[in-house]
Amino acid sequence: MNALPVRTMHTDPITVAITGMNALPENPGPGLAVARCLREALGEGVRIIGLGYDALDPGMYLDTYTDVAYLLSYPLHGSEALLERLQEIQRIEQIDVLIPCLDAELPLMVALAEQITAMGIRTFLPDATQLQRRTKDRLPELCKTAAVGCPEIQPLNSAAFFYSGEAEGWSYPLVVKGPFYDAKICRNAAEATAAFYAIAAEWGYPVLAQRFIAGEEYNLAALGDGKGAMLGEVMMKKRALTAKGKAWAGIAINDAALGDFARRLVAELKWKGPLEVEVMRDEHGQYQLIEINPRFPAWIYLSQGVGRNLPALLLDLALGRTPEALPASRPGTMFIRYAQETIVELSEFETMMINGSTVNFNPPFNLGKGE
Amino acid sequence: MTARQVEFPKTEVLQRLALSDSGFVFDPLSGASYTVNTTGIALLRRLQHYDGDITRLVAGLRTEFEVDAAVAEQDTVEFAGVLRSYFK
Repeated sequence: MNALPVRTMHTDPITVAITGMNALPENPGPGLAVARCLREALGEGVRIIGLGYDALDPGMYLDTYTDVAYLLSYPLHGSEALLERLQEIQRIEQIDVLIPCLDAELPLMVALAEQITAMGIRTFLPDATQLQRRTKDRLPELCKTAAVGCPEIQPLNSAAFFYSGEAEGWSYPLVVKGPFYDAKICRNAAEATAAFYAIAAEWGYPVLAQRFIAGEEYNLAALGDGKGAMLGEVMMKKRALTAKGKAWAGIAINDAALGDFARRLVAELKWKGPLEVEVMRDEHGQYQLIEINPRFPAWIYLSQGVGRNLPALLLDLALGRTPEALPASRPGTMFIRYAQETIVELSEFETMMINGSTVNFNPPFNLGKGE
Repeated sequence: MTARQVEFPKTEVLQRLALSDSGFVFDPLSGASYTVNTTGIALLRRLQHYDGDITRLVAGLRTEFEVDAAVAEQDTVEFAGVLRSYFK
């Protein structure tokens, strides 16, 4: 992969495509924050292509961070449609590096990694095995191998478990989770059953039951180098939540024990690429793994705030550059998220709806197979 | 309970706290922040270097705040209880 030619920053900016431009206030995708990190690190030395799935994804219209934007086909349309769309965009934009930022698209992107590389686009992604080993239903197995704590998880294809689980040693409250997103703390079988069907309808099966851990949640973002080392960890404690439980405000912390916890997981997986480790610190002060997200989190702009710009580090790694040593993190640095409106002219929206891009092509080209 | 029986959180736990004269206290491990009054900051600063000599701790407070021994001792006992509830 490192043999691909890279245009020099002095003559031609690096072109980076970023997905996850759905910067919705209550549950933002990470893409816009990743773009903001790169813009602040590289200024005009980076050309940013925003990739979205909905014409109303706001990050695609924020020209401070995205130079141009395109719609992709939804992951449920399969890898062939996604690949064709990426090929169409690549013919126009000559993307140097692609940074996927959404859980649901990662399996497709990983499966297409060879074809994406063949198009001249670099990535810095885990392989399919690494990706599979951190899925929610396999966390207990991973944690046992890595010798870190993890609450028991039960994959479910039926809600009957919520009435029979007590016989198997389960008790309420417990957490009902989707395979990719969503988690609800349920205090009885009726609540759990309702959550089961709501999550199954939105995210499919298996739905997961996870033992509830009383304590406080902490998050860590970092990069795995693919050889077992963890780079640039940034730790955060949420200080305020949205209605969906996402961070509305957070503060950087520094706990060597949490760093060691995440380092064990990265080493065990030989993880390559960005990741977010979500943990609970239980009443005994022990960390318990809740999730590993295979991408940057939406709060990744805090990494720029503490002096460890992880998207910029990822870019160096993807381009085969030796990254500069990162400074120590700055615990106590906070972020407070806010929502604001961006004005979009009807003609811009029309262009996006007709062409699937902020670029007004003439004639318009196809959005995807068969469309 | 007398001051001689007071238990404080471990010194290494209190030493990690960032203390400001404004009364703002930040725990870089948990991300929690607190506010305390002038007496609280003075006690925390002393507890970050506490050698187990409660008599000297109370005497220092008496001198700094010009209060009698009973008040200084009572404040210290109460504050120790508050600290134990937050830092285990």
